[in-house]
Formats: sequence, structure tokens, C-alpha cells
Amino acid sequence: MSINAIEVEDLTVAYKEKPVLWDIDLTVPEGVLMAIVGPNGAGKTTLIKAILNLVNTAAGQVKIYGKSSSDQRRLVGYVPQRGSVDWDFPTSVKDVVMMGRYGALGWIKRPGKKEQDLAIQALDKVGMSQFADRQISQLSGGQQQRVFLARALVQDAQIYLMDEPFQGVDATTERAIVSLLQELRASGKTVVVVHHDLQTVPEYFDWTTLLNVRLIASGPVKEVFTEDNLRLTYGGRVSFLKQNNGNGISDLDQKTG
Amino acid sequence: MGIEQFEIQMIASVVAAACAIPGVFLVLRRMAMMSDAISHAILLGIVLAFFVVEDISSPILIIGAALSGVLTVSLVELLNRTRLVKEDASIGLVFPVLFSIGVILIARYAWSVHLDVHAVLLGELAFAPFDRLLLFGHDLGPKSLYVMGTVLALNILFISVFYKELKLATFDAGLAAALGFSPGLIHYGLMSLVSVTAVGAFDAVGSILVVALMIAPPAAAYLLTDNLTKMIVISVILGVLSSISGFWLAILLDANIAGAMATMAGVLFVLVFLFSPQRGIIAIARRRSRQRWEFAGKMLAIHLLNHEGTEDEEHESQIEHLEENLRWKEKFAERVVEFAEDKGLILVNGSRLVLTNQGREHAKQSISDD
Amino acid sequence: MEVSALINDLFFDYTLRTVALGSAVLGIVSGALGSYAVLRKQSLLGDAMSHAALPGIAIAFLLTGSKQSLILILGAAIAGWIGTLFVMSIVRSTRIKFDSALGLVLSVFFGFGLVLLTIIQKRPDATQAGLDKFLFGQAAALLERDVITMGVLGAIAILTMMVFWKEFKLLSFDADFGATLGFPMRLLDILLTTLIVLAIVLGLQTVGVVLMSAMVVAPAAAARQWTDRLGTMVLLSSIFGAIAGIVGALLSSSIDRLPTGPTIVLCISVIVILSLFFAPARGLFWNWLRERKNRGRLHVEAVLEGLYSLALSHENLEHPHSVAVLRLIGSGKGGVEKSLRKLEEQGLVKSTNTDEWALTNAGINQVRKLAKNREGNN
Repeated sequence: MSINAIEVEDLTVAYKEKPVLWDIDLTVPEGVLMAIVGPNGAGKTTLIKAILNLVNTAAGQVKIYGKSSSDQRRLVGYVPQRGSVDWDFPTSVKDVVMMGRYGALGWIKRPGKKEQDLAIQALDKVGMSQFADRQISQLSGGQQQRVFLARALVQDAQIYLMDEPFQGVDATTERAIVSLLQELRASGKTVVVVHHDLQTVPEYFDWTTLLNVRLIASGPVKEVFTEDNLRLTYGGRVSFLKQNNGNGISDLDQKTG
Repeated sequence: MGIEQFEIQMIASVVAAACAIPGVFLVLRRMAMMSDAISHAILLGIVLAFFVVEDISSPILIIGAALSGVLTVSLVELLNRTRLVKEDASIGLVFPVLFSIGVILIARYAWSVHLDVHAVLLGELAFAPFDRLLLFGHDLGPKSLYVMGTVLALNILFISVFYKELKLATFDAGLAAALGFSPGLIHYGLMSLVSVTAVGAFDAVGSILVVALMIAPPAAAYLLTDNLTKMIVISVILGVLSSISGFWLAILLDANIAGAMATMAGVLFVLVFLFSPQRGIIAIARRRSRQRWEFAGKMLAIHLLNHEGTEDEEHESQIEHLEENLRWKEKFAERVVEFAEDKGLILVNGSRLVLTNQGREHAKQSISDD
Repeated sequence: MEVSALINDLFFDYTLRTVALGSAVLGIVSGALGSYAVLRKQSLLGDAMSHAALPGIAIAFLLTGSKQSLILILGAAIAGWIGTLFVMSIVRSTRIKFDSALGLVLSVFFGFGLVLLTIIQKRPDATQAGLDKFLFGQAAALLERDVITMGVLGAIAILTMMVFWKEFKLLSFDADFGATLGFPMRLLDILLTTLIVLAIVLGLQTVGVVLMSAMVVAPAAAARQWTDRLGTMVLLSSIFGAIAGIVGALLSSSIDRLPTGPTIVLCISVIVILSLFFAPARGLFWNWLRERKNRGRLHVEAVLEGLYSLALSHENLEHPHSVAVLRLIGSGKGGVEKSLRKLEEQGLVKSTNTDEWALTNAGINQVRKLAKNREGNN
């Protein structure tokens, strides 16, 4: 039996008495590349944040490799949405990536040569090393995304949680990110991604979770990414092009509600 | 109550009413701090106008001040457009400069005259009754009353005439623009109104009270109603209450009148903050508490529903298991079970919980409610 | 006052020295910590904090009867903190927005402070005159003892900031990410807010309650124009703050009837305006120059291409045309002659003896190159 990287039990998150996530039971086996999909307001970002212990939960718990998530912070890398920071902040690309090492440095200690080298290495992996000293306000959307990725990579975590990393990036960057994610999976890491584009789910991911405040389904893409499940998730607001490709999964034209 | 005391309260009430009206829109449009900025910056306009006409009671002063109010807004906008500083910093950069210039000019060149640096902040409400409006030798009452009365009338007029446009532009700027109402014009119109009001009130109550009266009563009203018209009316009432109660507080403590009125405006706000029937802290806490049980009951029902007919049903429906899985403390879990049992959602079968039909329906409905 | 005499006095005149030192401390601390306030979009929170401090000062005096800096600063800091908590709790529990909460706390606390001040004024030990200076600041009234207090507290604040440098950077840039790394971001937030409150109350004696917020915003706003590095920004901000503080305080002490607070604010505002216009890369003046140059260049290019398009209708691409014709086809509206002369300098056109202008070979090549560049950019 494979190890479970993440175990979510009976997770409920509410905002001002309105439920955002209801009684979620989720198991993420180690080594998968998983997409979390669902309509707007489905609680996808909240799920990620709850796993990271960033939001208060009304009930339930999260286990990372069998232990409580606050004890396992070293093992989890977070790539938030691009819009969650102010890119006018006076700092360089390299500086942002080095922030990923702050956890390892602990209190008060400043980053030194070792951290700089690790940062450059991570930037190399995402193809941004020539931008190391660039002010972050001068970056394009795709470049910003890659910087956030590098920041997570430099943590050398076991599990990576990413919130819409493909949102608003150009095709080249998207391909680069996908291959990076697949590399991570190949090296045994677990990658969980909040994803907005249904079309690319079968192509990029091997596991998927369908979410709409409640868990609709979770498992290997081939089993779980079905018309019926999608209809349940998106509440009939998805129109289908009934073309079966060879995998037996319909092509979908997604209209977000 | 002496006639002067009565007049002071009259003036203060008129000021409060006049301030409350544009204040409502400042609060709704998230421009509250502009009142602070404008009321500081108009000092410069007053001083410059004074240098031109050299008459402390000239109406030109009001025009000068109103212009500097518009200047402030324009400068802030200009600064924003350069995108070199953030919006909140723009406000914090512009008005201190204008205000400082004004204060220095007064200290250096106008100190012998009526313009006093203290009056700038505090006003001289105590002296207001003594500045009379004389028309053809008839004493018509304190001048401030007429000035502020005019301002109040102006504000009421503006709001009535442009009510629809203001309402639309405040709640849906995009739609307003699409319909051809220039939101920019409305913005500047509102700011001019704020300037004129601040100027008119300046002499009597100083800049601090103007800010307090423009923000505190409307903010409190915002917690009492969802209706724009009601909000305006309630703001006026609260403002007048602040003025009158503030006056008596000042008499009691023998303290500065404007400061006391600002304080009472704050006190009234706190009262509303606590006791507002819908949005007050106490009401919210009570509602939360009630909802907590309902919520927990729902969660229990859904939890049981989810695991019904699955292989771990037996395990998941044990009472002790609730504490483990749902992370409910023992006491809390017991009370939820009691609550749910009372409402007929579940049956207690030894150490297991079973959903009743009603409970199942309730759970299913809760789910589809989203 | 002669400059040399001023500088002499700076070192040997007790008052001047004290004033200059006190203002320098104020400028450094508010500049440094103000950087964080500005970056976190809390510029106006400083305004609320400083106005809210007034009742704190009055109450501290009422309770202890002492006008010692340390006591008053403590009172101011507590009140400033309470004001901040009020603002935050209003925003968190109601639908009232941040700006309204700020304005509310600011004006109400300040009004309350004024009430207390006037009550104090009426007391038999009418020593309120001392507290009055907190409205607009009075640098000349600074005692050496006060400056020492300010210096020590200021040093503690700066030291703390440097110790937790990376933690504060994390807090200001991406607090959520910091939380995932395991840092207690809420505690750090409280610490940073406390430092900012401290920076504000340190300056109240000198600049006064009404204008202190400017000292937290302006130096940082100016510094941001000159650099893209946080460290440099904080350093520059401190320097700007110190300069404005010293110059302003000195001017205020030596010239009659010049209140300190407004004078210092004017000094820092001058620095801000200069920074906005003349800082390299971002400066508005350089932008304006660049745009002018661009326009000039586009102008010249338009004339060159105008000549080319005219020449196309002839067999010989070097067929000359008059200025009048060029003007007619509207290339480079106005200043055609100036552009032609520039082109001549570059050897791209030549003038004929009939006062007409024609493209040279180089000119023709240039036009082709420009066209190709344009295609490449699309």
C-alpha cells in the first residue's frame, strides 16, 4: 500500500457561518500530480489554505505523512496565486526566491552565500537565472509565476501545493511549468495544483479532485474525470461537445458559472 | 438655558446636519479620509484669500477655501496618476504640505488678526453667538447660523437634485459611466460640497469636528440600515444628537465644545457598534451562537449521511469518534448530539448515532442549498 | 544668520544642538519604520495613530502629574495602540471600511484629547502650556533629557528592526507564505505595529500630533523613487528624514514665529518633490525629457518617410521635392525644415540648388531598415 502524502478528514471551513468547504474527506497518495477543479467559489483555494493551516477550520483535520500539518511545515512548499502580493515591492527576483530558505534559516539569521547559490540553482530550473537581479515589478505574468515556483523549489519540499499556477501565463511558460511539475513527480514528490482549465486536465495530470464545496470525486483521472462527475461538479452549467476521444473521456467546453 | 447656549446648540446642530449629508457618500465611496485631507488643506485657501481681501469676514474666504479643497483633490489625483506612489500615500503626502504652508503663513503674517492656529483645529464655537448678522441695523442672529444654514440648504439641494446619479455612481460606477453620467463630475461635485461644508463650519467648529461629524454619524447609520435615504436621515439625527449631547458634556466638564461634540459622536458610534439590532457586535455574537448549534447539527447530519452505507459507517457514527474526526471537544459533541436529538435529526442507539428520515432530508437539503 | 555662525552654534549652543539631535533621531526613526508602513499600504494608519495619541498624553499627565518625556511617550504609545486596535476591530467585525474606521478613530480620539487638554488647562496647576506643544510641535522646548530618551528608544526600535529584518520583509511582502514556513506572522505583525507606533510617538514633541503622520509617509515615499532595494530604501528614508528634521528644526529655532512641525514637513515635502521629479529612472522630469526626444525622433522619421513616399511616384528615388510639398502631405506637422536639417546632418538627405530636398542612398537604406524593424516588432 502506498503512503499517503496528505490526508484530509471531515474538513469543514466556514466564513461567517456560510460553509465554504463541507465535510471533505480526501486522500492524496504520495507521488501523484493532482489537479483540483471546480467552479468559482467551490472552495479550491480554501482547501489548499486549510491544508497549509492558513485558515481557521470549523471541523476536521489534516495530516501530512501521518502527522499534524503544523509539525510538517518543512515538507510542504506553497505557490500562491500571483495576485496575492504587491509586485511593486522593492526587491529583486533572487531575493524573493531566497525567501524560500527563510524557514531553514530560522529566526534572525540572514541569508548568505549558500542561500544565494540555492536560489540561483532554482532560478536556473525555471529558466529565470538571467533575471536574478531584476526588480520584480518589471516581470511579465509568466515570469512572476516562475519566480514563485522557484521560491517553492528552493525549499526542497516533499509536497507542493500550487494555486492556479497557469492563470494568465503564455503558452511557453505553461509548457515549461508542466514539464517541471512532471519532473517533480518523477522524482517522487507529490504535487497538488488548483487548476482552472478543464481541457488540459487529462493531458497534464494523473489524479484529480472535483470539488464544489463538497467533495464530488477524487482519484485517478481516467476513473474520476467523467461526464457525470463533471456535471455534478459544475451543476449542469457545462456544455458538452459529444466527441469521445480514444480514452473514452468526452471533450468538454467549459463555461464557468 | 441662556439664549447664547441655545444658539450654540442650534449652530452645532445645523453644522452636524450639513456635514452628515456629504459624509454619507464619503463613507460609502470609501473616501472618508478625503474629509480629513480637505479640512486641513482649506486652511491654506482661507489664508491666501485673506491676504487678498484683508477682510476676515469676507465671503471670498469661503471661495478661496473651496478652491483649495478642489486643489487638494486634484493634486491627489495627479499624484495617483504618476503611479509613483500608492493611493493612500498620495493623500498622506498632499494635505500636510498645504496645511503646513497655511499654518506658517498664519504664524508669520496673520497672527495679530483673528486667524489663530488653535482656532484652526478647534473652532470658536463659544464665541459664535457673538458674531451677529446685521442687516439694516437688525440683529438677525449669529452669522454662523446663516452661513451654515445656507450650506445645509445647498447640500440638501445638491443631494436631492442628483440623488439618482449619486446613488448609481456610488454603487455601480461602471453602470453610471455606461449610462453617460460622468463619475468624474460627480466626484468633483461631491468634493466641492465637502470643501464648502468644511469651510462654512471651520469658523465655528474647526476642522476636527468637521471630520468627526462627516464620518461618525454616517458610519453608525451604515450599521443601522441598508436604505440610502434612511441612512442620510439617521446620520443627520445622530449628528444632531452628538452636537447637543456634546454641548452639555462640555458645560459639565468646562471643556472645549467642539472636542466634546466629537467625543459624543464617537460615543454614539460605539453604542450603535455594540447594540445595533442587526449588525451590532452583541447581535452578531448572539446570532453566531445560535447558528453554531444549527451549523453543528447540520454538520453532524451530513457527516452521518456521507458515511451511511459505507463500510466505515459503524465506525464513523460512534459518538466518541465525533471528537476524533470532527475535532469536537467532548462536552461540545455531547451538546450537539443533544441538540440534534431534540430536533429529531438523529436517534441515539447505544453508542451509535443513526440518522432519522427527517435528519436525512435535512442533510440532503443543506447540501443542495449551496 | 551666517552659515559659519550657525554651524558653530550647532556644536556649542545647547539649544541648537539639542534641537538638531532630537530632530535627527525623529527623522531617522520615522523614516526607517515609515518605510514599512508605506509598503504595507498603512500610510494613513500613521495619521490615525498620531491623532489617537493625544488623549494618551493628556491622561498620562493627569495620572502622574509628570511631564517627563518617557511618561508622556508611554501614554501616547498606549493610546496609539488602542486606536489601532479600534480601527482593526471595526473593520473586522462590521462592514465599515478601513478608511472610514481610520477617520472615525482619528477625529474622535483627537476630539477627546482636546477635551482633556482644556480640562487640564482649567486646573490650578495650570501647566498645560507644556502639553499644548504636542499639537504642532515645539522643537525649541526640547531638553537634553528628552533627546536622550528619544535616542534610546529610537535605537531600540532601529535595532529591533535590523534584528528581525528578514522576518519583517517576509511579513510585508507575503505574510501567507511566511506562515507556511512556520513563522508566527501575527506576532510579527504586532511587533512591527508596535515599532511604528513607537516611531510616531517619539516625534510628537517635535512635530506635533497633526503633522507627525507626514514624517512616516514622506521620507519613505521619496526614498522609494531612488531605489528598488528594501535596504537602500530604508537607509535613504532615514537620511531624508534626518535632513528634513535637522534643517526644519534649525530654521524653526532661528527664525521668529515659525512653528517646528510645519517647517519640518515643508522640508521633507521639498525632498519628496525633488525625488518625484529628478530621481533617475522613475523621475518625472526624465520621463518628460525622454518623451520629448522620442517625439523629436518620430518627427524626423516621419519626414524621411514622407520624402520616400513622394519619391516612389518617380522613377528615381532620389527625385527632389520642396518643403512646401512635404508640408502638404502632412509628414511631421510643423518643423519640417528643422527635421530636414537634422536629416542632412545625418547624411540621409541632401539639398539641391533649387531649394528642394532629396534622399541620399543612405537615406533610402534607412527607410527600408525602419520598415523592416516595424514589421519585426509586430
